[in-house]
Amino acid sequence: MTPFDYIRPATIAEAVAAAATPGAAYLAAGTNLLDLMKGGISRPTRVVDISRLPGLDRIEALPDGSVRIGALVRNADLAHDAAFARAFPSVAEALLSGASAQLRNAATVGGNLLQRTRCSYFHDAASACNKRSPGAGCDARGGENRLHAVLGWSDACIATHPSDFCVPLVAFDAVVEIEGSGGRREIALEALHRLPDAAPERDAVLDPGDLIVAVRLPAAARNFAAHARYLKLRERTSYAFAVVSAAAALDLDGGTIKSARLALGGVAAKPWRARAAESLLAGASPGLPAFRRAAETALAGATPSGDNGFKIELAQRMVARALSLAAAGTPARVPALPASPFSSTAGALHVA
Amino acid sequence: MNLSISLTVNGERRDVALDDPRVTLLDLLRERLHLTGTKKGCDRGQCGACTVLVDGRRINSCLTLAASLDGAAVLTIEGVAHGDTLHPVQAAFIAHDGFQCGFCTPGQIMSAIGLIAEGQAGDDPERIREAMSGNLCRCGAYAGITEAVLDAQHTLAAAEKGRAA
Repeated sequence: MTPFDYIRPATIAEAVAAAATPGAAYLAAGTNLLDLMKGGISRPTRVVDISRLPGLDRIEALPDGSVRIGALVRNADLAHDAAFARAFPSVAEALLSGASAQLRNAATVGGNLLQRTRCSYFHDAASACNKRSPGAGCDARGGENRLHAVLGWSDACIATHPSDFCVPLVAFDAVVEIEGSGGRREIALEALHRLPDAAPERDAVLDPGDLIVAVRLPAAARNFAAHARYLKLRERTSYAFAVVSAAAALDLDGGTIKSARLALGGVAAKPWRARAAESLLAGASPGLPAFRRAAETALAGATPSGDNGFKIELAQRMVARALSLAAAGTPARVPALPASPFSSTAGALHVA
Repeated sequence: MNLSISLTVNGERRDVALDDPRVTLLDLLRERLHLTGTKKGCDRGQCGACTVLVDGRRINSCLTLAASLDGAAVLTIEGVAHGDTLHPVQAAFIAHDGFQCGFCTPGQIMSAIGLIAEGQAGDDPERIREAMSGNLCRCGAYAGITEAVLDAQHTLAAAEKGRAA
């Protein structure tokens, strides 16, 4: 780690002022930032510790039916909050499918949104990476890229956004509250992360000093609680990032889909909302034919960025499977292996 | 820069002057407080060897800045036994061969203590395995570890029941 000044502001206003200077970085739990600093990928000269800021660690049910999640709520606390998990079961499942128990106990909501890509070339200081050093080139393009993006990528960058949590959040129209030098503003989570275009060094539409203070889920997201799943394919059973993931939610009215929500993870530099597929599902009768059509539509614009053409077919199958599982109903309890397509019944061997 | 922090480590108050904010909780424990039971494996949050409890919750001490923990209570492997009486999780790891070389064991045991306190896994071995997936064991003692966690959980639940009765 390169040396830095450590600052612990007492208020949000002090934090924003301290972090607006070049070279500053916010520190919450540090589960991502410290890893990046140890690898020499992030070299902040000033670390602004926001972990003690008051009032940002609450989960609040608002009178209009929405829920407001403070940016410093820990992933495990949100996933295990009974009222939250009941209302937004696929969000809880996504949280529990990510990282390890130790990391979930520390990692925060705001930090999860702003975690950096796990592209191995981004993490290897000896490799060319436009996200890390603008203009340097992209070694992932001709390298090991079977896990890279198939949607929204550019010649400059083919990295994916690694968050599980963000996938159902974006499907449910989550809103991000941001405190910045110009005061408080809010934007849709779908508009927070950027596609790489020619400037992959900018992961999000945030300005220096901008601080995420909360994430809100609107009341309408509650309509899907009975039929909401997150499904995540990993290269090992647990504690791995998604090859492809899908958040699927249905609001069913008898034999008809009133409304559907669908988003994908592991396929692009941002959590990928599949609105055209949602429109196709609205009014359809739930079943594999409709789910397969939706899956094809969701991946309609996908192209391989390297040796990852398989991810397009895989993502389509994941979408159809996630929709089928959502139609079957939200399980009473998050499965033993959250979000796993290989999840077995309680007590069975995970390798069986 | 000089940062002074105060921690409760294994029940004992420790005041530490940090000459550098880069010190992680793991390095503080090992290098400054000479509590070397907590191990440095990957130092990047991937192996779990550095697991300790902070305010009762298991975390990776390698990914935590010590400066950010001012006022926290830390429990390490050195603080779990009562004198010569092993903690039930320690005893269960021995009874079930939950280790071979032992390097990952302090982290495994602290993780297991945290897991049992979380109370989410119940008697389901698959939930135990999933909840222990942040702790790698290169010797492959996973089967014994799962049995040890299940056994220790029963022992602790029985002790709790005994106290309540």
